[in-house]
Amino acid sequence: MLGFILRRLLATIPVMLVVGFFVFGLLSLAPGDPAAIVAGDQASPEDVQRIRASLGLDQPFLVRFGTWGGRILQGDLGTSLFTNLPVTTMIAQRIQPTLSLMLVTLAIAVSLAVPLGVVAAWRAGRLVDRCVMGFAVLGFSVPVFVVGYVLAYVFAIKLAWLPAQGYAPIEAGVRPWLASLILPATTLGCAYVALIARVTRATMLEVLQQDYVRTARAKGLGQGTVLFLHALKNAAIPIVTVIGIGIALLIGGAVVTETVFAIPGLGRLTVDAILRRDYPVIQGIVLLFSFTYVLVNLVIDLSYTLLDPRIRY
Amino acid sequence: MSLLSVENLQVHFRTPDGVNRAVDGVSFEIGSGETLAIVGESGCGKSVTSMSILRLLPEPQAQFAGAIRFEGRDLLALPDREMRKIRGNAISVVFQEPMTSLNPVLTVGRQIGETLRLHQGLDARQAEARAVEMLSLVGIPEPERRVHAYPHQMSGGMRQRVMIAIALACSPRLLIADEPTTALDVTIQAQILDLMRDLKHRVGAAIMLITHDLGVVAEVADRVMVMYAGRKVEEAAVADLFRTPRHPYTRGLMGAVPRLGVRAQGRAPGRLAEIPGMVPSLKTRIDGCVFAGRCPDAKDFCRLHAPALESKSPGHLAACHFAPKDARPA
Ligand SMILES: Nc1ncnc2c1ncn2[C@@H]1O[C@H](COP(=O)(O)OP(=O)(O)OP(=O)(O)O)[C@@H](O)[C@H]1O
Ligand SMILES: [Mg+2]
Repeated sequence: MLGFILRRLLATIPVMLVVGFFVFGLLSLAPGDPAAIVAGDQASPEDVQRIRASLGLDQPFLVRFGTWGGRILQGDLGTSLFTNLPVTTMIAQRIQPTLSLMLVTLAIAVSLAVPLGVVAAWRAGRLVDRCVMGFAVLGFSVPVFVVGYVLAYVFAIKLAWLPAQGYAPIEAGVRPWLASLILPATTLGCAYVALIARVTRATMLEVLQQDYVRTARAKGLGQGTVLFLHALKNAAIPIVTVIGIGIALLIGGAVVTETVFAIPGLGRLTVDAILRRDYPVIQGIVLLFSFTYVLVNLVIDLSYTLLDPRIRY
Repeated sequence: MSLLSVENLQVHFRTPDGVNRAVDGVSFEIGSGETLAIVGESGCGKSVTSMSILRLLPEPQAQFAGAIRFEGRDLLALPDREMRKIRGNAISVVFQEPMTSLNPVLTVGRQIGETLRLHQGLDARQAEARAVEMLSLVGIPEPERRVHAYPHQMSGGMRQRVMIAIALACSPRLLIADEPTTALDVTIQAQILDLMRDLKHRVGAAIMLITHDLGVVAEVADRVMVMYAGRKVEEAAVADLFRTPRHPYTRGLMGAVPRLGVRAQGRAPGRLAEIPGMVPSLKTRIDGCVFAGRCPDAKDFCRLHAPALESKSPGHLAACHFAPKDARPA
């Protein structure tokens, strides 16, 4: 087990290296000269040249990549071209809203989607099932920003139940914090709920056919125990897997959601950085997101051993 | 009064291509502590009959008629809550497939203890202690260790012992065993049968034993009911049936029966013999005798008129126009 964790952690190194190479490479290929941006409109070509040298941009690609990678290993993601702050500082300032948004979305989505999927499978073909599946199709096909604007219009502007924009830090109290996150989390969670509910339903349909479910019924257990203990525990691995894979969906969606709801998180920072061609910031955020995703998948693999006694590493 | 009395049970499945009359007017009784064997070819409705008793069939597709009286109460009319109190408690079941009938992600101790906690209100520790006792009762070595094992860590025979432990945990009055040994190899089959017979004496449960194996019937059963195409075609005390089978179908099944009480050495004990011809579709109504199409003795009369189940000798019922009848009336 410990060996497995170590091996998996070591295996993240080449993955991160490839991710880093792509991030770095793509941004070098992108049009626009960072040195010119830093220098500003009034700069002479000599100024630009000087800045380019000071940023190390006159070096060959691999050398630049090497220096960049070496710094990252020491925890240095570089300095923003725009604010001159270290990228790590900028990320640290923006991480709380995004992390909060993700966690609240995850909590709402999982606690909604799994029961919906279970009930849909139990009542397969009936009205409940059709409603859940219909909603799942909608949740997938309506774009995030449309959901966001509709929710904000109805619940924030018309009904005025919840704030339409902005983020309340958790230090200011849990209630306002939660209130500021409910609409964005619902928006972000739509496609995620749809994904999890579908996979839950499909897996449960299969599990409910199994002999051990009949055994559980033959024992006199109630419907709830049969569905949520005997069946769901056997359906857990595909469900947990899709919850993990779906985190990628959340990361992409967070960028849009934060823009729609004016949340000052990493998503907003990404958009701003792209608009300003602030390369070190973009690289830092992408690396952070990839690393999170790799870690999430490691945790999911480890959770298999808890969910199924037949799996041992 | 008998423990279980099934009266004119009909179970019809609604399927996309018509109604499947899986069980069509079956009546029988089981007394306390008695063992009734049900035999018949594949698809004749044995499992459907037994699963209707616990109402474990998918309800909207399965349509029931008739009555299933258990200790005087009609199970078909019982609300679901009351039915759940009977399942696993007063009536329990051992299924054919030991490899797949246990939940792979729960320990066997938990799966045994679960019924005890549910029906007898034991707490987790008491239930585990009882589970250990049950494991040793069904002959599993090192029960204290095994109680924490998962099904995949056990062999098929052991898993079937666990199934039996689950079924017997709450001391049921009726144990339904649906081909409990079919999936096991011969030596294990014999062990499981010995175990069931031994436990029957200890626990005193009535047993409804479904099997393809006439050797098993001869060894274990008190009475036998023979089913064909969703109907009961013959019923008699076990010795009577083996001595004088009255229905041509039963005689066909017995093509290769070992002598009563003698277990065949070295080979699988008497499996049902093959009878030429096909079982009629359960989806079309048959006016005459259901077996007429395959019966070596069938006359035109048989194809037109369904024979009634009648008493051919005391305690011996058969549904055949030409079955020999004892001179003395029953
Ligand atoms: N859930 C169901 N839906 C529709 N038809 C069913 C269902 N369960 C059983 N049947 C039908 O009922 C008939 C009787 O099946 P049953 O399982 O009782 O046979 P059996 O005598 O137990 O056979 P075997 O010896 O193979 O176990 C079969 O024609 C089968 O197709
Ligand atoms: Mg069967």
